[in-house]
Amino acid sequence: MSIDTTKGEQLKADLDDLLDEIDEVLEENAEEFVRNYVQKGGE
Amino acid sequence: MAIEKVLGIETEYGVAGGPDQDPILASSIIVNAYAQQGASRINWDFEGETPDLDARGLPGLTSFAPIVETHLANTVLSNGARLYVDHAHPEYSSPECRTPLEATLYDVAGEEVLRRALSAANASLDDADAITLYKNNSDGKGNSYGTHENYLVSRHVDFAEVVRAMVPHFVSRQVVVGAGKVGAETDDASSHSPAFQLSQRAEFFEEVVGLETTLKRPIINTRDEPHSDAERFRRLHVIIGDANMSQFATFVKLGSTALLLAVLEDRGASVFPPPPRYPVRAVRHFALDPTLQAVEVGDDGVAYSAWDLQDALWHLAQDYVATSGASAVAPEAEVAEILTQWREMLDGVRVDPASVADRVDWAAKERILRGYQERHDLRATDARLRAIDLQYHDLRPERSLSSRVGLRRIVEPAQVRQAVHNPPRSTRAFFRGRCVERFPDEIVAANWDSLVFDLGDGPLQRVPMMDPLRGTAALTENLLETSTSAADLLRALDG
Repeated sequence: MSIDTTKGEQLKADLDDLLDEIDEVLEENAEEFVRNYVQKGGE
Repeated sequence: MAIEKVLGIETEYGVAGGPDQDPILASSIIVNAYAQQGASRINWDFEGETPDLDARGLPGLTSFAPIVETHLANTVLSNGARLYVDHAHPEYSSPECRTPLEATLYDVAGEEVLRRALSAANASLDDADAITLYKNNSDGKGNSYGTHENYLVSRHVDFAEVVRAMVPHFVSRQVVVGAGKVGAETDDASSHSPAFQLSQRAEFFEEVVGLETTLKRPIINTRDEPHSDAERFRRLHVIIGDANMSQFATFVKLGSTALLLAVLEDRGASVFPPPPRYPVRAVRHFALDPTLQAVEVGDDGVAYSAWDLQDALWHLAQDYVATSGASAVAPEAEVAEILTQWREMLDGVRVDPASVADRVDWAAKERILRGYQERHDLRATDARLRAIDLQYHDLRPERSLSSRVGLRRIVEPAQVRQAVHNPPRSTRAFFRGRCVERFPDEIVAANWDSLVFDLGDGPLQRVPMMDPLRGTAALTENLLETSTSAADLLRALDG
């Protein structure tokens, strides 16, 4: 296995772990969470 | 000669939740919660800023009184920063810093200040009224709020030259320092139905040059409020940046811009690459294309991509550093690091954005969005993708995604904890911060260029600080340490 392939697989495994974590911390009701985020202008 | 690039960032944080879902009230609760921790109860002084308002006429900061107007909660921190309610957002304006790395540290310290404020505020609220904060620039529904950089520039540079020199950078730097965004909000950008844009802010810009910040936003803002000696200095107020979660992105955003301003001061605008013929169209067009292939015709009739412009600007900065050293921007090693990081991020986004997802915000965000979309086979419009975008900027540790994606740090947590309390030693922010810490009862108001003392036995005494590079630790630390009272200090300053 080439070094590049090994590195590529490691990156994919890292991303899989990260996506698992995102599944855990993402707001349960994404629809409502996003809909309720309304800001007044600023600056 | 380029003048020393004093700089800093002001960030309006997105705010949600709170009693009655009232963002002004929530913002006030956040600012007051931090002030009541004992960080500071000193009012901001609007003298020279909004002349019809005087801080001494404002209510105290110690109660959660009903809020009837903005500009109520408003305080100065011992690190020299200002924390206040601006419109309907809590805003942290960093202290004046002397180098891009230092300004990055104080921007990150601002996140920590807001995180602590959030924690203190929510401890006093019912769960149903809990507040959430976001370091981002848009709500996904057409409302944008700002992250503004400020740079000290020589008054000798004609403003038309600033425009000519800096437009190429401001339309193109998003390929390296854009924070990324799911979808589009304005009619123009929405007509292209983008799944993802490089920048949170790009589509909101409508003019090349102007005074506005909330309507008809200009790429170059003309606000001329130097907060210092107006005969010598300008403060370039840059409103076109995204709030970055990546510390390296903040560092390169500040470092590249400061270097190019020094080039402008020393070599003039004619050495810069040509601005796009239609800058507003260019900044929006570039944002819509994460493949970085989009081109816009320059003033010289040649088509350039944003990447091409950044490449030309990098070479310009590199040549300047090689010949002049760029000591106006930072010490040699830091300048070298700016060039190195800028180059690596630029090359990375072209070859494979994922390769710089540890430093480039939009690349980090796009990587998890794409991965999540593929894993769950989602449509591009799925709310979960928008939730990921929002939570990337979330300040709640248990919900933050940017803290989980493997972004590299350029400042250490211990440095950040120091910077939450202590001012930079390199500018007048040192004097402001230390006075606020030492003499909170005698200072009745503070702003960027003065402090107002009330010793109780005479008229108020204003200490002007018109030069951002005076009031440093080198010039005032000894005086502050040997003064046992505010009266002592004022006598010594007089003498």
